[in-house]
Amino acid sequence: MAEAKLQVSDEIAISIENMNKWYGTFHVLRDIDLTVNRGERIVICGPSGSGKSTLIRCINALEEHQQGRIEVDGTVLSSDIKNIDKIRSEVGMCFQHFNLFPHLSILENCTLAPIWVRKTPKKEAEELAMYFLEKVKIPEQADKYPGQLSGGQQQRVAIARSLCMQPRIMLFDEPTSALDPEMIKEVLDTMIELAEEGMTMLCVTHEMGFARQVANRVIFMDQGQIVEQNEPEAFFNNPQSERTQLFLSQILGH
Amino acid sequence: MSDTNTTPVAFVRDAMLPEQAAPITAAGPLAWIKKNLFDGWFNSILTIVAIYFIYLIVSGAFPWFYNGVWTTDSLAECREILQGKTGGCFSVLTERWPQLLFGFKYPSEEYWRPTIAFFALFVAVAPVLFNKLPRKLLIVTAIFPFAAFWLIWGGSILVPIMVAVGLIVGYVVFTRLVYQSSAMGMIGGLVATVAVWMLSGYITDPLSGFLALEPVPSRDMGGFMLNFILGVTCVSLSLPLGILLALGRQSDMLIIKWICVVFIEFIRGVPLITLLFVANVVLGYFLPPGTNFDLILRVIIMITMFSAAYIAEVVRGGLAALPKGQAEAAGSLGLDYAQSMRLIILPQALKISIPGIVNVAVGLFKDTVLVSVISMFDLVGMIRGPILASTEWNGVYWELWLAAVLFFFPICYGISQYSQWLERQLATGHR
Ligand SMILES: Nc1ncnc2c1ncn2[C@@H]1O[C@H](COP(=O)(O)OP(=O)(O)OP(=O)(O)O)[C@@H](O)[C@H]1O
Ligand SMILES: [Mg+2]
Repeated sequence: MAEAKLQVSDEIAISIENMNKWYGTFHVLRDIDLTVNRGERIVICGPSGSGKSTLIRCINALEEHQQGRIEVDGTVLSSDIKNIDKIRSEVGMCFQHFNLFPHLSILENCTLAPIWVRKTPKKEAEELAMYFLEKVKIPEQADKYPGQLSGGQQQRVAIARSLCMQPRIMLFDEPTSALDPEMIKEVLDTMIELAEEGMTMLCVTHEMGFARQVANRVIFMDQGQIVEQNEPEAFFNNPQSERTQLFLSQILGH
Repeated sequence: MSDTNTTPVAFVRDAMLPEQAAPITAAGPLAWIKKNLFDGWFNSILTIVAIYFIYLIVSGAFPWFYNGVWTTDSLAECREILQGKTGGCFSVLTERWPQLLFGFKYPSEEYWRPTIAFFALFVAVAPVLFNKLPRKLLIVTAIFPFAAFWLIWGGSILVPIMVAVGLIVGYVVFTRLVYQSSAMGMIGGLVATVAVWMLSGYITDPLSGFLALEPVPSRDMGGFMLNFILGVTCVSLSLPLGILLALGRQSDMLIIKWICVVFIEFIRGVPLITLLFVANVVLGYFLPPGTNFDLILRVIIMITMFSAAYIAEVVRGGLAALPKGQAEAAGSLGLDYAQSMRLIILPQALKISIPGIVNVAVGLFKDTVLVSVISMFDLVGMIRGPILASTEWNGVYWELWLAAVLFFFPICYGISQYSQWLERQLATGHR
């Protein structure tokens, strides 16, 4: 693991400065400052409703921010659709409820974006898809439909589908919290493997074992703010703020 | 008692049970009859009563068909032959068959033209309805509307060709400009199309005899052919228009959204007959005098708008039924709005909307008989007007209306069967 951590470079992958967001009059994100270097693996945790999902959804413009600056891979997020599309094709995302396309086969789910966005020839896109499906260990399901797969398998397909766009950054929004315990491990293993290859990752998750094993930084959010961030060892063994301590005692307590 | 108590709770299965065939539920036709028709005294009575009613209907209708007369020239002759027996005068159908099909003014030596168009229609819609057919057949689909227009209305082949050229030019301009902005693309495309159409007058007018079929004006169209033309054209136009309206209603652009909302709500709040009267009379006042705006075209526009509004609402229901995550997943993969609509959202939304869309389509097809109210001679207009008003056939109701039923039923039933087949084809397991 120490080796993997060395891969973090000085190059900046995501920089968020002074970002604020409101839903109507409700101030969801307040003065977020966050810089992510290439190859960093960040785990974001915090109580429900603290704005974790909103934060990572702002990074690929699924949510619009009203103030501040977000720069992803050298592209500044503005309302310009071209910039948004460019960022989205560089940033992969996995959702809590997988969001596979139920009317397309697993293979088609994976080849769709490369074919239509990257203009990859179909045959090449299929080879690429099979490569990543093998990587998440379900090549044999390629011709099935999402409805025929278990939750864990679906989430791994969703990861493969994102990887087919060969993103430089991956966002995960509670990828395991809709899964049964026995399926959580297969998805986490896939994510660990990805981390070891040096992917820049932002994961919203409450899997603290995963955080300890792969994260270089754990961020704790509450009420729309970043309350504390630290290396995992220090974060878990020696949390500074009271709210972090309370939160950790709640989720690690049982 | 003591035995069960001593059995240990722990249990390990050492031999796995083999799979067994499913139980056979019904054994033979007799068992089926007993189970489904004579299951208890109440069901038995119901069955017997039902059989009696079926007997009454069949025994009443049978002599009517069996004694039917097929070869007379008028109702009076027919009554003479029957001499008081029950029997249908089907000779009205044999004698007026061409009028029921084509109306009473379409030149009889040209009947072959709409007939060819009718059969070509099946070739043209086949690749749209059945995904497995080779995609190359879609060329036939693209050519068909223009060819059918030429066949049915006649005139020089240059007219439909120039219409097609205008559309193609507009499309090319659209694809060139759409990279700059979609509004530019639309306006540019529209302008180019209209310009080509206006200029094409200089070609088609002097060459009006070039490859010309005998022209048949719109007011000479009639019979079931008219219903069929209206039905097919309006269904195929209102589906894309309805989808656009549904998308527009969901749009973030307020002007577009409100145009769509007002259009849909207004059209849905007005009876179709009213719109048809508007098409017939009122539109004439708004158009500059002397413009010869075809009546069939006006009716097509009205019926299309009417059913497009309904289809828009059906499709909107389908769009609303999709989880938000689908659009988000498509967006997060980098698909743009048009791609995510076309590849992800619409295929699923339309699949959910199939029953509703078919409902509208079947309703629309049947509603085409309403044009008889604005004195067009469609199938119903023909029956009520020229045929029943004629001295020969005054009073032949049953036979004629039965024929009308037999014209419409197979088509509407066919559409509904196709939609059920399509739903089964599209099923990809639960979500
Ligand atoms: N579309 C929306 N409109 C209005 N308020 C919203 C919307 N989406 C989220 N919120 C609110 O914003 C706050 C932050 O939501 P968010 O989904 O980011 O929380 P979260 O930290 O991801 O929580 P969880 O752990 O439950 O997923 C919540 O209070 C939520 O009620
Ligand atoms: Mg969340």
